[in-house]
Order: sequence, then structure tokens, then C-alpha cells
Amino acid sequence: MERLASDAIALRLQSVRKTFPGGVEAVAGVSLDIKAGEFLAILGPSGCGKSTLLRLIAGLDSPTGGSVELSDKLERGRIAYVFQDAHLLPWRNVLRNVALPLELLGIPKQKRLASAREALERVGLGDALRRYPAQLSGGMKMRVSLARAMVVEPRILLMDEPFAALDEITRQALDEQLRNLWLKERMTVLFVTHSTAEAAFLADRAVVLTRRPGRVVTDIAVDLPVERTGPLRATAQFAGVIRLLYEALTKGGA
Amino acid sequence: MTRKQRFVSTVLPPVVVLILATAGLELAVRIFQIQPFLLPAPSRVAGALWKYRDELAISLWTTAQAALIGFVASAVFGILLAIPLSAWPLARRAFYPYTVFFQTVPIIAIAPLLVIWINPGLESTATCAFVVSVFPVIANTLTGMLSTDPALVDLFRLYDAGAWARLWKLRLPSAIPSIMTGLRIAAGLAVIGTVVGEFFVGLLGEAEGLGVRIVAANKVGKTDLLFAAVLMASLLGLAMFAGVNLAAKLLLRHWHASEKDT
Repeated sequence: MERLASDAIALRLQSVRKTFPGGVEAVAGVSLDIKAGEFLAILGPSGCGKSTLLRLIAGLDSPTGGSVELSDKLERGRIAYVFQDAHLLPWRNVLRNVALPLELLGIPKQKRLASAREALERVGLGDALRRYPAQLSGGMKMRVSLARAMVVEPRILLMDEPFAALDEITRQALDEQLRNLWLKERMTVLFVTHSTAEAAFLADRAVVLTRRPGRVVTDIAVDLPVERTGPLRATAQFAGVIRLLYEALTKGGA
Repeated sequence: MTRKQRFVSTVLPPVVVLILATAGLELAVRIFQIQPFLLPAPSRVAGALWKYRDELAISLWTTAQAALIGFVASAVFGILLAIPLSAWPLARRAFYPYTVFFQTVPIIAIAPLLVIWINPGLESTATCAFVVSVFPVIANTLTGMLSTDPALVDLFRLYDAGAWARLWKLRLPSAIPSIMTGLRIAAGLAVIGTVVGEFFVGLLGEAEGLGVRIVAANKVGKTDLLFAAVLMASLLGLAMFAGVNLAAKLLLRHWHASEKDT
């Protein structure tokens, strides 16, 4: 992984390729510049290599071609990853689950528990610290997972269809909460989804990938107000963005 | 359901089965006038239990010690061996086939040798218990540690967790449910292993454990005493199983919503 000199660009992908042993080509030459503080949605059909792309950016896997370059300013541990399901440790309570990343990074106990408490406050779970994952609803688990990502004060937040398993109402509430968190923190977010509505509501920019092997077909600026709340979903402007995304997705072979 | 109702609905069905089966056996033995040395009626077994209570208590204590030592050794050794096997695929390939060997060994065949090699007594019977009960611990611990949630493994990698943190904070705790399954199986097997070992210890004149009692009772046709000793051995296995269950309940009380206290 190389480092970028510029501050304005958080992340640069140059002809990134990933072919798995056995010959499955997941990503075929993706080039993207992602600005610092940008909320980017990555939209595409199932199996278009969206998850692979996030794993490459997180450094959990290495590309077979091209390069992933991160900003110089990015310190260790400041990339966070939110998975499709909450993936909490069932033997730890909510507070200790959220403190885990800081614990692994070697932050002292008092400090990491204070940070975890604060992160849980931010996702509205300040009163559930001592509960265990088995006692939480799906939406609450996902919020704990989000708090676990936020606790490291990430500069880059990678989200892999995080709300896909939730019901529509919970999902919309979490979308709104995430957008507000981003407005306050202004971290760079890469949000993978296959929902055009979710991409439209959350992102300022959306890229559409083709079916496997993934390639960028369209790069769309989402022209919507910065502050977004529920009623926006019913506007013609919102419908217009969704139509734009839908057309791009269809063109991509979805 | 209240606590009381739940207790009744879980305890009552097996108790009813027990009473019916005992009564049926008693009746059958009396009606068909089966010879007591072939099949003693439950009332006769109960009589033997009372009559030989002092000897049986000593035997039970002897067997319990050996079974417990063998079981604890299996638990410690099995888990400690599974840790390196789970971490290194090469070690797994090299050693795992030989751990399977422990399971396939017919204990009845090697028990007499163990008794001669080691010493007729506690050491050899505990070793028999260990030999038959160690494999389920190794196999289940290994399965548990190898099926750690891959997303969590990624999460640990993302934050540069070292091998030690991965083991203590992820792999080992993830494996607890599987480890408990292994220990449940091992608890019953440890008692069987001990009793088999004692068969041969008995031949060498050390008259103590339940297995020794069983062999002796068989020789002289005291089938009621034999059944009484078998019953004690089964109850011992059951008690050890219940102990593991209790430990599992305490360790896993937060894991499942169903096991949380109400």
C-alpha cells in the first residue's frame, strides 16, 4: 500500500485488479479518486466485487494488479470496517464490544472505556452499556457495530451493505443517523449497497459497478441538500436521483 | 411460564417414564418368574444397594476419583493440544491422525496392559479414563477454534491484533460452546474407561472400585449386587455430565437470550 502526498485525496485506486486463485476475476481495473471527507456510495449487483474492493482498501487482501494509495496523514488504526451483519462478540457486553478496537490498539483501559461510552452515546445507545448482544434487536446490534467502528475516530469508514439485513423502517432510521454522524465527523465514507434509494439518501457521489468482474460504469454526483431527513424521500428531486442511479445500474448489466 | 411450571414440565416426564419402566420390570420379573441370577427385580437391586451400602460407597469413591482425574487430564491436555493444532495446519496434518487413534483404540484390549505397565490402582484406572475421553475434547476444541467467525478474524487483523490477542480474545472464547460439548461427552466416557480399567485391576486383587465389584459379583452370581454397582457407575457419569452442564450454563449465560436469568 502506497501513500499519497496530497491531503485533499483520501484514497486513490489505480487500475485495481483482483483475481482469486482458481481464476475468478472479482475486480477488473477500478480507478477512483476519493476526496477526504467524501461520502461515496458504491452501487452494483450482487457479485460485482464490491466487498472485494472494500477488503482491498482495508488491506485485508492485496490486489493482483494496480495500486491502492492512502493519504499520508492516515494513522494506524484509523480505518474502520462495518460488515453486513453486526458480528459482535457474544461473550462481551455492549461497552466492551465497542472498546475492542482500542483494546487491540493498546489504548489504556480507562481511556478506551470512556471513548466507547462516548461512541455509544453518539449512536443513541448510552443506556445499553451493560447489555449483551443476545439481548439486543437487529437494529441495536447494528448500531453497536457502528459505534465499534466510530470509536477509533476513523478517517476512512468502509461499510459493506451494513443495513441490508434490517427491516425497511429500521434501515431508514439508521441511514438518517449515519448521515448525521457523517455531517458532524466528516470522515471519508465508502458505503457499498445494492439499494438505489439508500445510495441516493446517504451519498454525495455514487459510482456504479458492472457485474463481475467489477468495473466502474458511471460516476454520479448526487445533487441533494447537505442536511437530509425523512421527508426528502418523498420529493421529486430524490426520485430524480434514484432514476439516474437506476438507469446507470441497468446499463451496467444488473 | 413460571419457574415452577417450567420445573414441572421438564422434570415430570422423565420421572414418569422411570416409575413406569421400573414398575413394568418388577411386574415382568414376578409374572415370568425370572431367576434372580439372570435378571433381578428392581426391588432386589434396591435391597442389594442397601445391604452393601458401605462397600458400594467405598467403591463409588474410588471410581469417582479415577474418573475425575482422567476427565480433568483429558480436559487440560485436550484443550492444550488443540491450541497449537488449530494454529498450525502443518502440525494439524502431522498429529491429528494420531489423536483419532485414541478414539479407535479398543480400551478393553489395552486396559490389561495399562494395568500391568503402570500399576494396578488409581494410576492405571485414571489412565484408562483419560485414553477414552481425551479425543472428544481435542476434536471439539479444534472444531470450535477453526470455525471462528471470519469477519471477526478480519476485524482483529484490521487493528493489528497479535497472535496472543487472537487466541485469548477471539479463538478460545469462540470455541467455548464446542469445548463444552466435548467435555459433556468426555464426562460419561471417563466413567466407562475407569470401570473397564477396574475389571483388570480386580484380577490382580485390588478389590476397591465399582468395576472390581461388578466382576466379583458376576463371578459368584450376585446379579443384584452387579446391577447395584452398575447403577452407581451410571449415576456417577450422570453427575459428572450435570457438573459440566452447570459450568457451561455459567460460562455461556450471556450468549443466548434463552439462558439469561428471568
